[in-house]
Amino acid sequence: MSEVVTAVAQPQEEEREKSFLARNKYLILRRISQLTILSLYLAGHYLGWKVLQGNLSTSKLFGVIPLSDPYAVLQMFFAGVLVGTEVLLGALIILVFYGLLVGRAFCSWVCPVNLITDFANWVRVKTGLHQEEYRIKLSRKVRYWVLALGLILSPILAVPAFEFVSPISMVHRGIIFGMGMGWVVILALFFFDLFVVKNGWCGHVCPLGAFYSLVSRPAALLRVGYDLNKCTECMRCKKVCPEVQVLWMIGKENVPVLSGECTNCGRCIDVCPEEALFYTLRFKKTGGGKDEA
Amino acid sequence: MSKEPDKSRRKLLVGFLQGLGLSFIGGAVWAALVHENKHDPLVLRPPGAYPEEEFLKKCIKCGLCVVACANRDNVPVDKYGNKKVTLKLAAPGDNKPVGTPYFIPREVPCYMCEDVPCTFACPTKALDTELLKNEEGKVDVNKARMGVAVVDYHSCIAYWGLQCDACVRACPLMHKAIYMDLRRNRRTGKHAMLVPVVDPDYCTGCGICEHVCPTDKPAIYILPRDVALGKIGKHYVRGWMEAEEEVEKKIQERAEELKKWQPKRPEDYLNTEDLLNE
Repeated sequence: MSEVVTAVAQPQEEEREKSFLARNKYLILRRISQLTILSLYLAGHYLGWKVLQGNLSTSKLFGVIPLSDPYAVLQMFFAGVLVGTEVLLGALIILVFYGLLVGRAFCSWVCPVNLITDFANWVRVKTGLHQEEYRIKLSRKVRYWVLALGLILSPILAVPAFEFVSPISMVHRGIIFGMGMGWVVILALFFFDLFVVKNGWCGHVCPLGAFYSLVSRPAALLRVGYDLNKCTECMRCKKVCPEVQVLWMIGKENVPVLSGECTNCGRCIDVCPEEALFYTLRFKKTGGGKDEA
Repeated sequence: MSKEPDKSRRKLLVGFLQGLGLSFIGGAVWAALVHENKHDPLVLRPPGAYPEEEFLKKCIKCGLCVVACANRDNVPVDKYGNKKVTLKLAAPGDNKPVGTPYFIPREVPCYMCEDVPCTFACPTKALDTELLKNEEGKVDVNKARMGVAVVDYHSCIAYWGLQCDACVRACPLMHKAIYMDLRRNRRTGKHAMLVPVVDPDYCTGCGICEHVCPTDKPAIYILPRDVALGKIGKHYVRGWMEAEEEVEKKIQERAEELKKWQPKRPEDYLNTEDLLNE
């Protein structure tokens, strides 16, 4: 009996010694993705490269394919504007891409605010500010209220309301077109996430994140899979996850992460020493059932 | 009977009301911020822009017009070799509706590209080529109405009687949008002077005149048309400019309008029952 246990435990011990690259694979890939996209936008403006031009509100890919922020288009619709087919098509492409394919990956793989809030969270962990005793609680449902409020205010103000205050757009536009006083917005986001609420902006307030959560909830293909049999319940995934509520099944049920609030950032996959978490497809059967355990 | 469901229902209701209260205060601050931010009566928009209110609804703040402006052919450079790009995208602190394109003619005016790359770049038709079409249905940048040049003749040295025609010479629609008008110099009593006069029917508001004006602060500058221009009522007729039938038609139209106009008859407001009862 004891022999069997050691035989099982042995590979675990080895896997725990993941190399730096393996421990940070998706983190590095995400940074590459975020910085590449930013660089392409910058080159689009300053060098005239026709790969990606515009900004996250609306862009042209390769000079022809439109890409549009569907939440912005929705606000414009509420403000009383029927945008043309080009922008509608752009919004549709984005909706299909995130809603049906990669889930809420916008937040962790594209959005420049993620660089700020991740940095704030990193400092938070390094300084010990993340500990439970210092934590200010804010409901994660706030973002859905903000989302709705954006749609209610748009017809009242006769403009797309969130687009006038969106720190996401301000930061992104600032990087590409000139920051102005936008650094105040960056500092505000940083301090909010560092001192006030852990994962405050991205995980509690941002209506765009809420929007992508809602649209990727029903059908997004790319999911984080979970294998209960491999899990040793070390809870590293829960410590690192910015949307920790989506990992409710850890140590409980053998199901993939289906919540739309999961940003598919892959940090849990990175930190998992047992490969119990992995990218998978929604309808793919993964791992053995509970009965096998 | 049992207290359990009642309590949870109350909790739900209170939670909803808490959300509502927070939303209201948040929404009010948010709305005030947007309302203040979108109000800039002096902002100058690129060619083909709809009137401000409509423009702000339609602009998705993507900056594709700015990208098009920055990457057009023959962008002028300053003495340090930096590109002088006309259009800017309003950043926080610019005191313009945030994220929307604008230009400051004194710094860099609109150079009136014939192919109007900015207007064609707009994906939401906040800048619409339809607004630039001439009588032949072709896109013509000279149909742009970004603003109108206004001369402050107290600061304009030509109105002192000095010889300056910088604005007229620089105007892409020279002698049409601005022309030199011959006036008597009343100060000397025996000289003539040539002064710049703007014709708003032709002025596009490109601001090249403002850019080249030699005074410290420009004596000719661009204002949005609805700020700078008055509006004449329909009943004023310039008989000396318009064909006779045209004048006749206007008179007829006015007569028709007057027929429809029915002032309240005294019976309508005097001796009504209400008044009698009092």
